Order: sequence, then structure tokens, then C-alpha cells
Amino acid sequence: MRRFPSKGVVILGIFILLLIENTRTVSAQVEAGKEQGGDETQIEPSSDGTSRKWKSFLETLPFELHGFLEARGGLRTQDDPHESKTATLGETRFQLQLFKAVDWAKFRIKSDFLYDGVVEGANVDLREANAILTPFEFMDLKVGRQILTWGTGDYIFINDLFPKDYRSFFIGRDDEYLKAPSDALKASFYTKAINFDFVYTPRFNPDRFIDGKRLSYLNPQLGRLAGEDAVIYPRKRDEWFGDSEIALRLYRDIKSYGLALYGYNGFWKSPVGFDPQAGKATFPRLSVYGLSARGKVWKGIGNIEMGYYNSRDDQSGKDPFVPNSQFRFLAGYEQELAKDFNMGVQYYLELMLDYGAYKRTLPRGSQAADEYRHVITLRLTKLLMYQNLKLSLFTFYSPSDQDVYVRPNIHYNITDHWSAEAGANIFFGEKDHTFFGQFKDNTNVYLSLRWGF
Amino acid sequence: MKAYYWFSFVLFLGLLATPVQGEKQLPEPQKAGVEIMEKSQQAFYSQGADMKADIRMELITADGKKRIRVLTMLRWNDPKSKDQKYFLYFREPADVRGMTFMVWKYPLKESDRWIYVPAIDLVRRIAARDARSSFVGSDFTYEDVSGRNIAADTHILLREEKLGDRDCYVVESVPKEPIDYVKRISWIDKTTFLPLKEEYSDVQNQLARVFTADKIEDIVAAEGRERKSLPTVTKRTMKNLKTGHRTEVTYTSISYNVGLQDNIFTERYLRNPPERWIK
Repeated sequence: MRRFPSKGVVILGIFILLLIENTRTVSAQVEAGKEQGGDETQIEPSSDGTSRKWKSFLETLPFELHGFLEARGGLRTQDDPHESKTATLGETRFQLQLFKAVDWAKFRIKSDFLYDGVVEGANVDLREANAILTPFEFMDLKVGRQILTWGTGDYIFINDLFPKDYRSFFIGRDDEYLKAPSDALKASFYTKAINFDFVYTPRFNPDRFIDGKRLSYLNPQLGRLAGEDAVIYPRKRDEWFGDSEIALRLYRDIKSYGLALYGYNGFWKSPVGFDPQAGKATFPRLSVYGLSARGKVWKGIGNIEMGYYNSRDDQSGKDPFVPNSQFRFLAGYEQELAKDFNMGVQYYLELMLDYGAYKRTLPRGSQAADEYRHVITLRLTKLLMYQNLKLSLFTFYSPSDQDVYVRPNIHYNITDHWSAEAGANIFFGEKDHTFFGQFKDNTNVYLSLRWGF
Repeated sequence: MKAYYWFSFVLFLGLLATPVQGEKQLPEPQKAGVEIMEKSQQAFYSQGADMKADIRMELITADGKKRIRVLTMLRWNDPKSKDQKYFLYFREPADVRGMTFMVWKYPLKESDRWIYVPAIDLVRRIAARDARSSFVGSDFTYEDVSGRNIAADTHILLREEKLGDRDCYVVESVPKEPIDYVKRISWIDKTTFLPLKEEYSDVQNQLARVFTADKIEDIVAAEGRERKSLPTVTKRTMKNLKTGHRTEVTYTSISYNVGLQDNIFTERYLRNPPERWIK
């Protein structure tokens, strides 16, 4: 995200220019259409008459233009001694999406312009700016800023090491914002036997991690909860080509079962390391190897996924400032229990390797993490009123950490254009040093209203 | 299954033993029922080697409030089996725009379904069941859209009668396993084998849903070097009599035998919709 005046103005300018350019192109096209004897600009009847003009305007554009305008607010339900603001969210967001397909490529630009009341500033978040090309029948290329996702987990990612935005996730922005954009090149190869994805990110794209600015967290160096008083400014990994990431996926379907192998070479996506000399958080080096399978099981869909996290800066597990290597495992099952009522359960295991070395080298006074971290998730989704009302509840529960994170959400499509949403992010935990327990002062509720076109 | 064949066999023997009572007597009403439904499914869901159409659905409440769903559908019939593959590209409303949906349909078991959400680049499997899940919130179930397993019901040809000016077979289909309805009566056009009307009765044996084929058009399709006319239902309605809610579906830009290939129905095109076909 950047401050508005710099890049924001430029991008907004591009949109405006395209709009102006369009009015000329459209009139030219209409003329051409008439010459050919066919008038293609047909105005479809619309359900609500007010939007008819707007719709026909959109249909005359030489590219596809879509987006939404949204207001969203949220607040803590309790005081947080480490954060000065009660509000966790207070923003007006305008998203514009441009799409154009030509014979040889597809282009997409998607950008959010927002005024964020919590940081009291305007921002622009360019989410996508990419081109998709098909240089060969068996190959696709996607170049530029893009959202990338793979793997089989539901809110749990093992082999998907593309950037996440946990700030947005924990304060109740739309699910779309859990994924942060990557500046990358994705090459996909398709053969009868197997498909292959190769993603090269020339400059490391970290998570939008919890840094203390809006949400409080456990600061391991201070050994206590912290927030605005100890904002994390990690040592940057921003050297072009030097701090690059590579992610691979080999996959194929057997019958309708999706099988995949994954590889990743890069860095821990959040600053989980620490440089005691500089007193700065760091992104240690990381490689991940894993696999997944997904398909029909019993009356629903089952999936398993696992990954070996090789923490390359601490292979012996003796460095207390760099996480140890890990083994991660996930098994999930989803089924429709009744009409428009779905349930999904997942079991997730994080196993710390070289646990003995970790315990021996742990600084005195620090809280030791468990060797095994178990998490169970439950998703319940009920659709009502011709699927216009969606009630959902997602719960993370860790029996080993004794902490819980609950995400209730109600989403209602008032019309085809207007929608409203309300929800909460609820954290429980006895101990401050557990993953969800550390966020307990951040428990919040939120509300939003959106107009989409 | 076995019991059903055994039953038909006994019935068949019984009919052989019965002296012929004139032309009006329906021999083997069950066998005839199955045959008609098979032909009807072929005509309604499987015409051509493949199909492409734009679909507009209007979901209308009892008091007239409308919601619109617009999508493009591609369908491919596996020449080696009775399997089918569907690809759907959503255009409206705004919140589902650009989403793609893929179905691998099998005649005898639950379909495999995938959805792609472009905003988060996510491919998901869908666990919803064919028989009862509503298609995009409409009055149609997934099965109504892509066809129900014929062997899942017992079919009996009840009678032959005119519906409007069309000669029809009237077939009763009773699900073998309990689902949302206990009985379906279909009026099948004797010439085209398209269903012109279907009545669904709920558990209380009351009429609950009614399907009507409101408009049928002949779509010309190339078949080898010949051109063939395929009668196609281009406007259909499903009405829920209990709630007064109804869904009207219009098919436009229909074309058959356009040359779709099996490889369109894969994760590659789910993530990167084939512009050539959905334009």
C-alpha cells in the first residue's frame, strides 16, 4: 500500500484517461456498427430501472469495467492497553477493475482506492496489473501483479507461500483481502501426463503481517503483549533478484482426484526471525516441500496436505532467534448436511523438528512453544432466502495451545447491487504466547455496506 | 437395481400371460416409462456432440421482485460414455462476475464440481449434492439443470394425452430414495421427446413445483456434412407453488457441435476462462 498522492494519482489518472479515450472509441464503434447494418448496442431490460442507464454505459465500453464502493467499520469490544484506538476499521473503499481481451493476450487492472479512518489517510492498493499470454498451445504466462493461490486448506495454508494479509483477515475485511498481491511471473505448462506451474517473484513479497500498528501481538523479545509501543520494522528483504522467491507445483487429476507436489524456495513470509545485534526482526530463509490430494470421500470432499519446512538459517535448531524446521500436516472433510447447509472440518498439525535443541537454547525466561501444535477447525455455512442470506461460522480451536479464534459472519444481498455484512473476530486464550491467545485484546465486531457494478 | 429388473421381468411375464385387450392397453408401462425418459433426457440434456449457450435466469419473488443471473454455459458429451462435462462462466450479478464453475457429470453417481473465485485465485471443490441443492439460488436444482440419474426413479407411463396442441406421453417418476419430492409427473412431447411440463409433489403429496417449457425453437446444427435441426427449449420456468417464487430461464445464442474439446474442462481453463468460447 502506498500513500495516495504518489502512485494513487497516477493510477486514478490512467482510469480517467481510459474513460475519456473510450468515449471517442465508442462513438466510432457505433458508427461502424451501423455501417455493417447491425446495431449491436442492445439495451437489456433491467430489474431496477435506475441502473439501466449506468448498465448500458458499461456495455458500450470497449473494455470491461467493474468495481464496487464500500463502507466498512469495526471496533474492539474491549480496551487494549497497547492500542490507542478503539476502532479497528473505518474505511471507504472504491475498487475499479478493468479487463480487456485481445487476440494474443488478456489484460487486467484492479485497484482499490481507500480512505482509511484508522490511520487517517488515503491509500491506494493496486491489487492486480497483469497480462496473460499463451505463447504455445501447452503454455500460459501470467506476468505482473497478481493474486496467487494453491493448495487444499480452508484458511490454512501449508504449500501456498504466496503473501497473506493477516491484518485484513483479523479486522474483518472481505475474504478477498486475505490474499495480498504478488509481483511475479507465473509460467504454466500443460501436458497429458502432468501440469506444471512455476512462479518466480524477483523481489520478496512478504505477508502483510501483524506489526502492532492496529492490532496488538506478543513481542517475544519483550516477552509480553505489545502494540503501538513496539511496532515491528523488520530488516527488509527487498533486493531485486537477490531476495527472490521460487514456487513450483506439479499436478494432475487421476479420475477426479487432484494430486499435487509442491516446492518453494524463499523466506519465512512473516518476520519470525530476530537479529539480536541490530535489534530487528528478520525474514529467515526457508524452503518447503510438500504434497496434497483432494477428491470425493464418502458423501463429501476430503483433502490431505503436508509440507516439510526447512528453516535454512537454523538447520540444527540451535539458533533461538530463528524458527526451527517443521513438519506440517492437514486433513479436511466437507459435506452438505442438509439443503444449503454445509459443514467442513479440518485437523492441522505443526510439528517442530529438533525440539531438544530448541529447548536447550531457548533464552531463559522465554515461554517455550509446544513440540506439537494441534488445531481443529470447523466451518458451518447456511444459505437462506434463495441464497441471498448467508450465515457462516468458522472456528479455529487448538487443544494444545488452549486457544480459540471464532469468525461469525452474516452476509445479505439486499439486491443484485447492494449487499451488507456483519461479523466478528473473537479470540480466546489463557496464555499470551499462543498463536490466537496473543490477539485476545483485539476481539472486534464489524459492519459493511457495499454497492457493486 | 436387481429387484427392479426382477420386478419388470415378472411384470413382463404377467403381461405376456394376459390376453391382449385392444390397442389402448399399454403394454409394460414401466419399460415404456424408462424408454421415454431415456429419450427425453437425450433430447433435453444431451443433444449434439457439444453445446454453447448464454443463459439468463430471472429469480422472481411472489411480489414480483427480480434478481438476475447471467452466465455462459459450455457442455461436452463424452463420446466414449454417457459422461458429460459442463463449464459455466458467470457474468451477473456483480459479486459473482468472472467466477467459473465446472461439472463432471456421470449417469450413475454424484457429479464432481469445482468453482474458481478469481478475486483470490482459489479453486475449490464443491460438496453440494445434485438432487437437492439449488442452482445459484434459483428454483432449479443441479439435477434440473443437468439431468437426473434415470435409474434413481421408477418410471411408469400413465397415459397419452394432448397438452395444448401437442401429443404427449405422461410419465410418473417416483424416487427410490427419499428426496425433496415424492413424485414427478412429466408430459413428454411425442415428436421431440422434450418435457413440456413437469409436476413435483412434496412429502404431503401436494403439488409443490411446476416446470414448464415455454418456448421451443429449432436450432440448426452441423452434423458431419449434413445440417440437422435440433428442437431446443429456449425458455423455461420453474415455479414453487408453496412460496410463489419462480425462476424464468432464457437460452440465447445457442449453438451445437461447435467443436469443444475435453481439455476445456480442466483447471487450466477454470482459472483462465477460454475467451474463444465464452465471448
